Amino acid sequence: MASALASRRKATNLVVGILATGAAVLALAVLASILWTLLARGLPALRWGILTTSMAPTGENGGLANAIVGSLIQDGIGMLIAMPIGVLAGTYLAEYARGSKLGEVTRFVSDILLSAPSILVGLFVYEIMVATTKTYSGIAGAVALAVIAIPIIIRTTEDMLSLVPIALREAAAALGAPKWKVVTLIAWRAAGAGMLTGILLALARVAGETAPLLFTSLGNLNWSTSLAKPMASLPVAIYQMASSPYEDLVQIAWAGALLITVGVLVINILAQLTVGRRR
Amino acid sequence: MTDIVAPMPIVLADRPTHSLAAERAFSGVVLSTGVVVLGLLSAIIVMLAVGAWPAFKTFGLPFFWNPVWDSVNDIYGAGVMVYGTLLSSAIALLIAVPLAIGVAFFLTELIPDSFRKPIGVVIQLLAAIPSIIYGMWGFFVLAPLLAAHFILDVADLFAHVPGLNKVFDYGSGNSVFTAGLVLAAMILPLITAMFVEILSATPVVLKESVYGLGATRFEVIRYVAVPYGRRAMIGAVMLGLGRALGETMAVTFVIGNATRLSPNIFAQGSTIASTIANEFSEAGFGSMKLAALLGLGLTLFIISFIVLAASRKLVAPRVVS
Repeated sequence: MASALASRRKATNLVVGILATGAAVLALAVLASILWTLLARGLPALRWGILTTSMAPTGENGGLANAIVGSLIQDGIGMLIAMPIGVLAGTYLAEYARGSKLGEVTRFVSDILLSAPSILVGLFVYEIMVATTKTYSGIAGAVALAVIAIPIIIRTTEDMLSLVPIALREAAAALGAPKWKVVTLIAWRAAGAGMLTGILLALARVAGETAPLLFTSLGNLNWSTSLAKPMASLPVAIYQMASSPYEDLVQIAWAGALLITVGVLVINILAQLTVGRRR
Repeated sequence: MTDIVAPMPIVLADRPTHSLAAERAFSGVVLSTGVVVLGLLSAIIVMLAVGAWPAFKTFGLPFFWNPVWDSVNDIYGAGVMVYGTLLSSAIALLIAVPLAIGVAFFLTELIPDSFRKPIGVVIQLLAAIPSIIYGMWGFFVLAPLLAAHFILDVADLFAHVPGLNKVFDYGSGNSVFTAGLVLAAMILPLITAMFVEILSATPVVLKESVYGLGATRFEVIRYVAVPYGRRAMIGAVMLGLGRALGETMAVTFVIGNATRLSPNIFAQGSTIASTIANEFSEAGFGSMKLAALLGLGLTLFIISFIVLAASRKLVAPRVVS
């Protein structure tokens, strides 16, 4: 009797183990399929012209140069807007808002923003910047990306600051340092690498965002670096070309998809390394 | 942790008067950025509501469930999109959650410790792949595969089962079901990462004491680790759901963007996000269609807000990407 029960329990354990292994294999297979598709379709389509020529209609051997530059501009300006706001708001939550009601609400709001659908951010920026000026613009795209980056930077800044030992702050305070110096010279320095990680993660996230750019910077087939005009971006260009019926444009879209994935993964690995050095 | 051992030749103490002014200035700046972030969410809600107002005024409360989306006669309702959003996300959860439990069990109990860290990194990288890549993969790889080898067979199987033959009817590779699958692939790394974190947070003493009683690995997870982390696991699932509900690019590629209601999961459909992305270019400044699309946006916001607030209440692990 007892041995029958024991063998049934062992069998259950074995079956669950096999199912779990199967799940892991399936997940890996999906990952492999995605990466393989990216490489198999993206690599043959990569050529120097992709980086040097702007987008063009089918049959004209276009590239992605204007989209890549547009993405760099919008990501860069977006991060420049998001960094000070994110770092300062994260500092507020970690250093000034402990136990305060306002801090509690701000933390909640930031968490909601962190997971809110990015397409809604696009609609919001459309309403405040595009509908009012009656024109799609690169700067609107940058602002939309900033709104997406801010909660990510807030979260990591707050987390990293709360890892800094209280004793360090107390030591500085005991030397007569006012709080703002304790925060900027002690806490920010100690948490620096972690905060940088957060900024890199935000950049990686923002670089792959498509939905918020659809109604803000819109996309542009021509070379344009004017922030007041519609601006191309890599994700939107990929979206437009991948959903076109022309094989040559779809190929360029795959090349772009490969570029963007490699870019995002490299930034992520850099971010992991910054954390790894600390731990 | 503490790599700041180098002495810092900095004068920390200032003259008190300067210090006070600087102190006030700094805390003022820090506080006001916090308030800016607070205002951001309210601004999003207000702008969506203001933009959607003409649609709400014309169609009233039934806008939220009316299944008519008629661009020709300018009559709009969110019914089909709400249905498609909830159905595709439900399919995604039904597939992703069991898989995530399996993978998390595999990662926490079945493999040696030394493998855990590299695999954790791989999961994190997977979660970082932009959603548009999942959408392209779904459109160019998964949808043709399903059309050729899956949908016909399943529809054949259920063809003579009353009820089910309406749910699993003949359809196309681009469907609500395909959208659910792509969403499942997309949220799987996210949910798995959180499950692994929750399961490995179980106190070792608890687990060892049950191993000591002769429990198998499965029993330790089933009767110790899962009950211990149940709330957080539900929170993690809600967070994954929040991600699936609002996902745009991964869905827009594969759902077919049809605006009619169908019980068939293999039929083309649309979600709120896919409709906004797909039809925005046809909506002029100040048009009723634009108002209706913003109304869809507000609807999506309400749904996501409820799910995300619930997830936060249940304390999902705080993840970043």
